[in-house]
Amino acid sequence: MTTTGTVAESKEDPTAFEPTAGEPYLVVDDLTVKFPTADGLVHAVTGLSYQVEMGKTLGIVGESGSGKSVSSMAVVGLHDAKRTRISGSIRVGGTEIVGLSENRMRRLRGNQVAMIFQDALSALHPFYRVGAQISEAYRTHHPSASKRDGWDKAVSMLDRVGIPQPDQRARDYPHQFSGGMRQRAMIAMALVNDPKLLFADEPTTALDVTVQAQILDLLQELQRDFGSAIVFITHDLGVIAEMADDVLVMYGGRGVEFGTCKTILANPQMPYTWGLLESVPELVSDPDLPLLPIPGTPPSMLTPPSGCPFHPRCRFTGEVPGNLCERELPEFLPAAEGRGHLTRCHLRGSAVEVLSRASVKEGSADGQ
Amino acid sequence: MFGYIVRRLIAAVIVVVVISMATFAMFFYGPSDPAGQLCSEQGRCTQEKRAAIEEGLGLNQSGVSQYGAWAKGLFVDREIDLGVTYECDAPCLGISYNRKQEVRGLITAALPATASLVLIGAALYFVVGVVVGSVAARHRGTGADRGLVAGSLLISSIPYYLFALLAWIYLINKWGIFPDSGYTPLSENPAAWFSGLLLPWIVLATANMVVYARFSRGSMVEVLGEDYVRTAMAKGLSRRRATFKHGLRAAIVPVVTIFGLDIATLLAGAIFTEQIFEIDGVGKLALDSIEGIIDFPVLSAVVLISAMLVVVANLVVDILYTAIDPRVRLT
Repeated sequence: MTTTGTVAESKEDPTAFEPTAGEPYLVVDDLTVKFPTADGLVHAVTGLSYQVEMGKTLGIVGESGSGKSVSSMAVVGLHDAKRTRISGSIRVGGTEIVGLSENRMRRLRGNQVAMIFQDALSALHPFYRVGAQISEAYRTHHPSASKRDGWDKAVSMLDRVGIPQPDQRARDYPHQFSGGMRQRAMIAMALVNDPKLLFADEPTTALDVTVQAQILDLLQELQRDFGSAIVFITHDLGVIAEMADDVLVMYGGRGVEFGTCKTILANPQMPYTWGLLESVPELVSDPDLPLLPIPGTPPSMLTPPSGCPFHPRCRFTGEVPGNLCERELPEFLPAAEGRGHLTRCHLRGSAVEVLSRASVKEGSADGQ
Repeated sequence: MFGYIVRRLIAAVIVVVVISMATFAMFFYGPSDPAGQLCSEQGRCTQEKRAAIEEGLGLNQSGVSQYGAWAKGLFVDREIDLGVTYECDAPCLGISYNRKQEVRGLITAALPATASLVLIGAALYFVVGVVVGSVAARHRGTGADRGLVAGSLLISSIPYYLFALLAWIYLINKWGIFPDSGYTPLSENPAAWFSGLLLPWIVLATANMVVYARFSRGSMVEVLGEDYVRTAMAKGLSRRRATFKHGLRAAIVPVVTIFGLDIATLLAGAIFTEQIFEIDGVGKLALDSIEGIIDFPVLSAVVLISAMLVVVANLVVDILYTAIDPRVRLT
């Protein structure tokens, strides 16, 4: 079934999902994801747009529940179609995939678009050998490959991601691997079909910092070799600084700030991004300086707040006249300066500059 | 692994010994009077006749020495006097009070019937139950799933003996849809073997299938929420393959545990099924042995075999675990 299907598919449209000139490899446009539940409709992602070019890395940052994982699962097509409402547009290599049949999505998944998950121990099947799991990923998309071919490919991928004695370790089960090795095996599995687009959903969150650095180096090295586009989902701004070319900050299921990595870290324009940066400890700063958490909790996606999704937790709503933050959703507009820098905030222009600088000082004063 | 099995077998022997003692004690201190009943079997019971029977059965001795005699018989031949003297070869499980036959022979004669009924019936309900449960889990929340859950609740809320009895009354006796039930040895007449067990298999399988369907549905629903099933789909596997290869492999573990114990219990006698469908198996033998004179030799043998089966099944399930789940190490 798979064999004939794949052949027919490639005859049908051999250029599908290949990178095309003139358009970034992944273009997400006005993506909305909703889940009907017993408690009501969960607005997980609303009106999200972003793009990733081949060879580039987009970092998506946000708190838990900000919609960062949900939006990437939508691109990989992992949501159960019966329990999810997806609208908007997702184009991969120029081909629209929203509304694509499950069969065609399946050929895209693990092939042109692959995914690395956070917890490799639970993401790998405990009962199958690591080599067999990688081999399966390969043979699913290479139906003519023999078991031997799949196994050899798995061993060479394990070697490629830096597992010592790969021919022996391929015979191990996931529980016999260390945490870092498991994540390497996950990466080997994701890259076995040479994907054009890789989603890395917090791939280093469960690892200690040394191993995390190794995994990040590995991903960067592999990206140089394979030239793939990477969407890196994390809440760790240190990882973002290391990995991302561009950064999208998400809050309450929406994009709230977008720009190059440098712009976002050095010149953020949106109070939520300020808050994120203020809550990160700095190695060289005064150790007595308290960290500043963002007060409050992320909004309920069952009943999203009116106006700006961040307004209930924002310290600067008073700076905007006429209760605008509460009443009206700010548009995602170019900021005053910076290439492609977009923010979703009613604070604009010089007011932002002043507040942005004040924010940090005032924050530290509050804390003491 | 080897050491583990040895240790488990030693523990198994201890369990079986304790159970045999407990059974013996219940009989010995319980309100049964085999000598009196055997005595009045042949006409008027006199004091002398009764004393002779008690003497022959050793009932006038202490419980401990009676148990000793019984246990010794497992290893050496013994003679048992039931008015007539019987030779009982080791391993001797005693002579049936009612049937005046060696218990071991009775049980080996009854075992093939029970095994035929139970092994095929259980295979049927295990396979069908697991498949139905997994499919329901994959389509959970749909009409078919709800129908299955409701149907299984309905069937399992009918007492099994009533369910089996109704099946016999209507499907065999009244409407004649199924051939008469009973046991014919497979080697004697395969067609008769099959037709005689057909409805018993179906009844046994249906009643248990719903339990297994519900159980594997629950296990599967849990497993389908696991990350590795999502990974399987992220690799490009179809939902079906992710469910039935990656999901089922993990979901079946707890189902196998229950199945191992179930089949052991059933092999020691599917009492209702055998009684209602007139299959001369171990269960029917046990049931017959509490009618009239309480036939302790038969009862104790059935209990002993049942205990051994459960203990062995437990061990087999544990060893099977290592084959299913590579994380399990028996030490």
